[in-house]
Amino acid sequence: MQRPLHPLHIVLLAGTIPLFLGVLLADFAYFKTFEVQWKNFSSWLIVGGLVFCGLALLWALIDLVRIGWRVRTQSTYFLLLLAIWVLGFINALVHAGDAWASMPTALVLSAIVAVLVLAATGLGLFNSRVRGTV
Amino acid sequence: MKHHVVLVTLACSGLLGACGNGAGDSQYGASPELPKPDPQLLPTMQIARPAPWGDRQPLVPEGYRITAIATGLAIPRQTLVLPNGDILVSEGKGGHAPKLTPKDVIAARIKAKGTSPVKGGNRLTLLRDADGDGEYEVKTTFAENLDAPYGMALVGNKLHVANQDALVSFDYQEGQLNASGSPVTLTELPSELNHHWTKALTASADGLFLYVGIGSNSNITERGMTAEADRARVWQVDSRTGAHRTYATGLRNPTALAMRPGTGELWAVINERDELGANLVPDYLTSVREGGFYGWPYSYWGRNVDERVMPQDPEKVASAITPDYALGSHVAPLGLAFSVPAMGAQFADGVFVGEHGSWNRGVPAGYKVVFIPFQDGRPAGDPVDFVTGFQVEGLTHGRPVGVTVDPRGALIVADDLSNTIWRVTPVATAASPPAGAVEN
Repeated sequence: MQRPLHPLHIVLLAGTIPLFLGVLLADFAYFKTFEVQWKNFSSWLIVGGLVFCGLALLWALIDLVRIGWRVRTQSTYFLLLLAIWVLGFINALVHAGDAWASMPTALVLSAIVAVLVLAATGLGLFNSRVRGTV
Repeated sequence: MKHHVVLVTLACSGLLGACGNGAGDSQYGASPELPKPDPQLLPTMQIARPAPWGDRQPLVPEGYRITAIATGLAIPRQTLVLPNGDILVSEGKGGHAPKLTPKDVIAARIKAKGTSPVKGGNRLTLLRDADGDGEYEVKTTFAENLDAPYGMALVGNKLHVANQDALVSFDYQEGQLNASGSPVTLTELPSELNHHWTKALTASADGLFLYVGIGSNSNITERGMTAEADRARVWQVDSRTGAHRTYATGLRNPTALAMRPGTGELWAVINERDELGANLVPDYLTSVREGGFYGWPYSYWGRNVDERVMPQDPEKVASAITPDYALGSHVAPLGLAFSVPAMGAQFADGVFVGEHGSWNRGVPAGYKVVFIPFQDGRPAGDPVDFVTGFQVEGLTHGRPVGVTVDPRGALIVADDLSNTIWRVTPVATAASPPAGAVEN
């Protein structure tokens, strides 16, 4: 059976949206302007995103252990978070390349991560809402 | 959900693909082999593991002897042999670039492990061997409260010292043990951030001009181009007025300068950029042409474009001069001195180069003092190891920085890991006197 997400879990999950969206926007700004300060911003935003996403991932893992793998939405949710974290971490390493060395890979990864973040958050909240009304 | 797993795997293999370390450890001379850039997702880092010398000593060629003439210094960088044979040692640790990215924070912690934890002395120490027995029995502070002093040059009775933020001058009389007063500032030097903080210094033969090496404020413009105003260049400074002009540009980190004796030719060793792979980009030794542009940041080794720099500048690239002599990638040359015949026949004509050693390379490079033979005023032939044994069985006992030739026939080597000054001398034997001993 599914269970609604804990409110704190929801905060962690929803918090990844502005962080990883910020990464994408800052990367886009660097891509267009070559102004390296945007890259500094996005490098730190990724760190923030990894912290929030990492905690949400841990929570999802614990839920998964308690509920079991067979609940499809729950395991999909977990795998989405895992993908976000792994790609986000790779993106952090890509961003550590000096100056334009990170481009265009950084921008592509940031876009993929942003889409996955929206999907994971949507899925997580949708589950909670469904559970809440049943 | 399988899709996500596949996606992650694909991304990983794509990004982690190029991880090999090419061999090619001999990248010397006028036309070094330049492999394709091989940037690593995680830059290869092999940080020196410091260990005390114990009973060990650096190794020198047969017929030479090495002794530690001063220990317990506070990060010795460069040395200057004064006319009476006294040796001045500049000691300090500079740079105040803020850590702007997560990478800055992490890399700084890792790299610090390969250096001495001692606090920089911000002073000049004087060493004296009064009786000429090769033992420097006097060790005294010549001047203190400097700001990361590095390059030094004596012109007449003026001792010029390049702090990390200013070129200052002391009055100097032969035999002096301590500076007679505070120095006078000849000119301020570019010091904002000071990512590469060392200010190398040498003087023209007539003493009219001083040349100051000013390093870039980044590896490859990652702090933005505005941070690079007045960086990565050599200044020519009027030694009387302090007025300066730019002498040459595109020199990423000119860490040591020297005039070729008997000529007006300025020579330099340059630390080139990192994170393009184990065998890029070769650090180099070159004569520095007035008005010349040597590539940084837009290109390396002449016209090889560095794509990490945006926007690019094809016009600058087209004008880039190819340096004279590659020393090998990541060896980190920090010392440069022209030899004299008194150093012995094999090492009479050429330059000594102190190589601090690599971090951005799986197989370490540098960590020694090499001799580059010259012929007709140009480098000719492979480097010859002159002082080695700084790194043994994975442990690093010392890291060479400045090298200075004592015209009486000795090489002075500053070691900023063991905080030692080494002195290498030819051993005079009846069978084979050093060539310079007769003629000099």
